[in-house]
Amino acid sequence: MAAIEMKNIVKKYGDGFPAVNDVSIDVADGEFMILVGPSGCGKSTLLRMIVGLEDITSGDMLIGGDRVNDLAPRDRNLSMVFQNYALYPHLTVYENIAFPLRLAKMSNKEVDEKVRDASKTLDLDEHLQRKPGNLSGGQRQRVAMGRAIVREAKAFLFDEPLSNLDAKLRGQMRTEIARLQKRLGITTVYVTHDQTEAMTLGDRVAVMKRGILQQLATPRELYEQPVNLFVAGFIGSPPMNFLPATVEGDQVTLPFGTFRIPAAKAEKTAGKGLLMAGIRPEHFEDVSVIQGGNVDTAQTFKAHIDVREWLGDQQYAYVPYEAEAKVQDQLKELAREADSDSLRTQLVVSLDSDSKVTEDDDATLFIDTDKMHLFDPSTGDNLTVGL
Amino acid sequence: MQTDVKSKIGTFVGVAVILAWCLLPVVWIISLSFKSQEAVTNGSPGFFPSDGGGAGWQNYKDVLDNGQFRHAVFNSIGISLIATLLSVVIATLAAYAIARLDFKGKKFVLTTALVIAMFPVVSLVGPLFDMWRTFHLYDTWPGLIIPYMSFTLPLAIWTLSAFFREIPWEMEQAAQVDGATAWQAFRKVIVPLAAPGVFTAAILTFFFAWNDFVFGISLTSTEKARPIPAALSFFVGQDPFNRPASLLAAGAVVATVPIVVLVLFFQRKIVAGLTAGAVKG
Repeated sequence: MAAIEMKNIVKKYGDGFPAVNDVSIDVADGEFMILVGPSGCGKSTLLRMIVGLEDITSGDMLIGGDRVNDLAPRDRNLSMVFQNYALYPHLTVYENIAFPLRLAKMSNKEVDEKVRDASKTLDLDEHLQRKPGNLSGGQRQRVAMGRAIVREAKAFLFDEPLSNLDAKLRGQMRTEIARLQKRLGITTVYVTHDQTEAMTLGDRVAVMKRGILQQLATPRELYEQPVNLFVAGFIGSPPMNFLPATVEGDQVTLPFGTFRIPAAKAEKTAGKGLLMAGIRPEHFEDVSVIQGGNVDTAQTFKAHIDVREWLGDQQYAYVPYEAEAKVQDQLKELAREADSDSLRTQLVVSLDSDSKVTEDDDATLFIDTDKMHLFDPSTGDNLTVGL
Repeated sequence: MQTDVKSKIGTFVGVAVILAWCLLPVVWIISLSFKSQEAVTNGSPGFFPSDGGGAGWQNYKDVLDNGQFRHAVFNSIGISLIATLLSVVIATLAAYAIARLDFKGKKFVLTTALVIAMFPVVSLVGPLFDMWRTFHLYDTWPGLIIPYMSFTLPLAIWTLSAFFREIPWEMEQAAQVDGATAWQAFRKVIVPLAAPGVFTAAILTFFFAWNDFVFGISLTSTEKARPIPAALSFFVGQDPFNRPASLLAAGAVVATVPIVVLVLFFQRKIVAGLTAGAVKG
């Protein structure tokens, strides 16, 4: 086990394009670190630089305090689970798991002991003599993990290990990976584009975009205190709503009306012209279902519900609104960066499942401006971090 | 049901026609090899030997008793095996480099290989004859092994590099992360996975070397290096105008047997090899 330190890591390809640009991340010993971002953000490249499959253009990579930039993969003593598992199809499950041990020239007895141990942990005992081609996706995944845990590697590296599984199995394996990591207590770096995996698995999450580290924080901090528009829009599902806003005094003007915001937030943002307000869907509520009924009427607005999705435990309502062309363009750009599509400017609100709002009808909604973030639209920076 | 029966009959007839077309010459040679020389000279048109015209195993005994022929068998086996082995080893390494590495002149290597494969064999015989005599390679094993190798390498390289390209990069990378050197990853992971391709290349090379007549007859002069096909053409017997047809037939059968055994033995591997390289599984 060892800590992994990345210091100003840069990866430039032949055409000079930096796939990873000046990224510094410290992964503590035993920590579960997630690298997340849209496709092409450099997260897999960074992982492959840790394991040694990609050269590092500049910067230092330290594993357990030793600089490993120039070491071959085999000398770094890391184990990796590949996206397509990369099992050896000509070897049985047993020999697949034993492969790293055989390379290390261990005695047959030792190999057998360790393989049995790993296969027991991963519930693979009955499949040991089968070939990978005859296994299901979940079993192959477990074999790949078996091959990773069988030797005492300094760290585990996962490259989107669950992306080839169906949704149900993915949920199970996610829990399985979390349990395994906690039990073995081994440093882990995990690459994914799935934010559910990022939020649930990681001790800390590094969000990347176009080779640049955007924010490195705990899942809760990422969700509640995103540092910029990209992180705010990328983390959370359905994503955070972005609305054009202007702040005058302690009043913020949104397309739906004017609301009061906390003084600390107002102070940082007043008089800065057109800003971007970010509010998560769950920070709205149908006034008619709020307990006690004593709602500050200044913080409510009337909205026309376009579409409603009832999910049992909650429901989503969609409220379209008109926005200026400039704002629309920026919203489109944001959606594109986060690998999603926004077809129209609309507000997504998450309501209590008891709410009786109906489609194509007006409803009175409450907005929790305490939880609202305000972003500078030109730089994308969150002006209200930590407030 | 009606169409089912019809298509079955159709298939049966089709198979029978194709089998007859392909196997009749072979079967006829076998039939010929069991007839006595006199019977052949006097005319024995039937498939089975006429009364008193059968020779039993006599022709085979005569052929195998012939010192020249035994030498030719030995030469053929030795030369073909060595050419195959060298060709496959070199082709495997070359194909791996072509499939995996980015180097200058990769296209050049591939096109040159193709050009060599398309070169008419006969046009090289004259120059080679002169060169080999100067280099003292005339009438030696290497004198045949070298041309066999150079004519089979292109095909082997193309077949194998198609195979290597099908093997995901991650296999090797996984092996390297697991602690393998590049050579270990190649030997323990890539080569076993490419085995069908290696077999295909080996069989094709062996066929070429085994069946070759042009080089065999022109680059040898004695039994020192003369392979079977060339040796058979020297089976003249006492009367030059009356070649011993049944003896030749027995020799041809002996020459064909190793190939048939080889094909039957590796049949499944060859089929897998020929298709797996082309279509992504």
